[in-house]
Amino acid sequence: MAFGPHLLLASLEGLVTAAVLALTALGLSLVFGVMRIVNVAHGEFFMLGAVLAWAITTAITGHPALGFLAALVIAPLLVGAVALVAERVVLRRLNYNPEATIVATIGLLYIIQQLALTFYGPEARPVEPPFNYRILLPWFGYSGYKLSVVAASALLLVATWLVLTRTKIGMVMRATQYDRETAQAFGIPVERVYAGVFALGAMLAAVAAVLIVPISQAHYLMGQDPLLLSFIVVIIGGLGSLRGTVVAALIIGLSDGIISVFFSPTLAKIIATFLVAMVLVFRPQGLFGTTAR
Amino acid sequence: MTDSKGYFDLSKNRLSRRTALKGLAAGASLAAAPGFVRYAQAQSSAPIKIGFQSHRTGIGAAYGRWYEKTTAAAVKAINAAGGINGRPVEVVIEDDGTDPGRGAEVVAKFANQHKTDIVFGTLFSHVVIGSAPAAGENKIPYFVVSEGHHVASTKLNRYVFQPGITDVKSQIQAMAPWIASNAGKKVCQIFPDFAFGYDHRDYLPPALKAQGGEVIAQIAIPPTESSFTKYLPQIPAETEVIYHVMVGPAVLTFVKELGEFYGSNRPQLFGFIDSLEAVDINSPGLEFLDGSHFWEGSPRYAQADDSEAQKAYRAAVGIDDNGAAVGDPKDVSTAAHMFGCWETLYVVKKAMEDAGYKGPEDRAKLVEATEALTEFAEGPEHPQGKKIFNGKIHQCFGIQNISKVEGGKLKVVHKTSIEDGLYEPEGDYTTQAL
Repeated sequence: MAFGPHLLLASLEGLVTAAVLALTALGLSLVFGVMRIVNVAHGEFFMLGAVLAWAITTAITGHPALGFLAALVIAPLLVGAVALVAERVVLRRLNYNPEATIVATIGLLYIIQQLALTFYGPEARPVEPPFNYRILLPWFGYSGYKLSVVAASALLLVATWLVLTRTKIGMVMRATQYDRETAQAFGIPVERVYAGVFALGAMLAAVAAVLIVPISQAHYLMGQDPLLLSFIVVIIGGLGSLRGTVVAALIIGLSDGIISVFFSPTLAKIIATFLVAMVLVFRPQGLFGTTAR
Repeated sequence: MTDSKGYFDLSKNRLSRRTALKGLAAGASLAAAPGFVRYAQAQSSAPIKIGFQSHRTGIGAAYGRWYEKTTAAAVKAINAAGGINGRPVEVVIEDDGTDPGRGAEVVAKFANQHKTDIVFGTLFSHVVIGSAPAAGENKIPYFVVSEGHHVASTKLNRYVFQPGITDVKSQIQAMAPWIASNAGKKVCQIFPDFAFGYDHRDYLPPALKAQGGEVIAQIAIPPTESSFTKYLPQIPAETEVIYHVMVGPAVLTFVKELGEFYGSNRPQLFGFIDSLEAVDINSPGLEFLDGSHFWEGSPRYAQADDSEAQKAYRAAVGIDDNGAAVGDPKDVSTAAHMFGCWETLYVVKKAMEDAGYKGPEDRAKLVEATEALTEFAEGPEHPQGKKIFNGKIHQCFGIQNISKVEGGKLKVVHKTSIEDGLYEPEGDYTTQAL
């Protein structure tokens, strides 16, 4: 294949990776930014979203788009509810202590994963995409659905940004992130904000999973890769920075796509990890992060 | 009391309290004596314990579940027919998480804690390679159902056997002539970047070359990869056959993306069913495979010419004509491999009977008796077909099936002969010390 089309394919692949990664990492970044909690179970919320999407699409007969749209709404809500329960019965009991919550979310990771294995099973199961359209380029074919994932993800990112910057809820969240105690002194129900943010973070991961599941099936171990990549993105972009997360997701996604097409996927991972190391050495707060207060 | 009359009449010979107490004490001390009771039972009725190293979790979980089902069915059949050497067979299951490190621990646990007679049932090649040293150190026979070439390569040790399923090197050699003459001569290989994939990488090129074919590109894919479109441009344009071996959950994505990339204008496809074990061939996105060919150890779909033994085996394991669990058409089996569990257990039975196996102290005898086996006839114990066994390399050789995807089913279109897959042994385990 000639260089031009090859690069086009690589960029398209990278864009899809970046789109899904941005959503997942944003959830992780939000939870860390506002709550100062490193949520190791974030990838499992992603997996849960995919598994629920499978369950919902199989339960709903008729046109595949119907089931998919239902999954797009219901799966994140259910995952959000699970996150809410986890926040209530686990994180709040630990007073959101940073060290204790790391251990607790590791526990949560295993609980969710093993429950999925018990009730969903070890198989990878496919979800039918809402539409099957193959874009025929002169050099190769490409999935129309994949491009729609990029568009949907961009829409969701803009929506999240609007919520955070233009609504009262967003302002309350930002106030809590900026200074918890002052926010509390001003009458902001910090614990409810925490609960809401934790659920929102999980829901973002779940939405990303529902979008990606028609491309790569639902499997109970699928949460590991997104978790690792999300951490890479969040560290590079700066914990708690929405802009940083999106920019870093684009960098990591595109470089992963392009480097793995032209060289090798292993090299792409090496470079991503190397970037993390460099960021940690020279700019520990991340590209767009502010130094911790 | 007249002794002359009542002497032999036991009813009249009253048991004194002193005798009764003496007898009781003697009996109790005998029962308490270490080893005595266990030994007595081992001689008679204590079960033969088989340690089943199962992939219950991890990437091999779907295989593990069906390996367990097949093993349970075989053990049930063996026990119903009187067990091994008159003793019932009991299976002890430990999960290895499809992880080599955990696998070695499980083997040691079987040897030292459960004190099983043998270890059995591993599929994934990296787990076998990781666990084999532990089997050698603990001197416990380790019967794997893995299909990798590692056992036959004689790089493991004398305690490791693969008597129930043909190894990859032999499979490839047997099928290469069919590929070269029916699918195409210019082959591009796509394989997972670990042990099992390397068997394909190393043995297909020479096997094809011998048939006038050629491997023009080899694409290794990391086993954790979840997206494949980025690898597809590496497939040379002049490729006639894409030879794909994928394992793990991402295979559906692989096929789907291949379909999106090529559309209807695709090269021939030849794959190992390993990719699609436990996966419904009619899953959305797999339409692209229609008309392509697969290797199958044992056919998933019931075939018109199935033997009585094959039918009985399918019924015993509980799979229907589509290779799915009876009563649950969505629960597709790993039919191409799991027959190996059934056949291996019957090989163990035969070897234990030949050795007059009594307990763990006879493990060395069991190894020698297994090595002395030469062939297994087709029948209820070996429903997949006849096999010959090479005791020097601890490996069996059987027939292979090439199946075509047709109308949403896999139809066997070619069966290789055992001779097609024979190769020169690379070593000799029997020269190693026991």
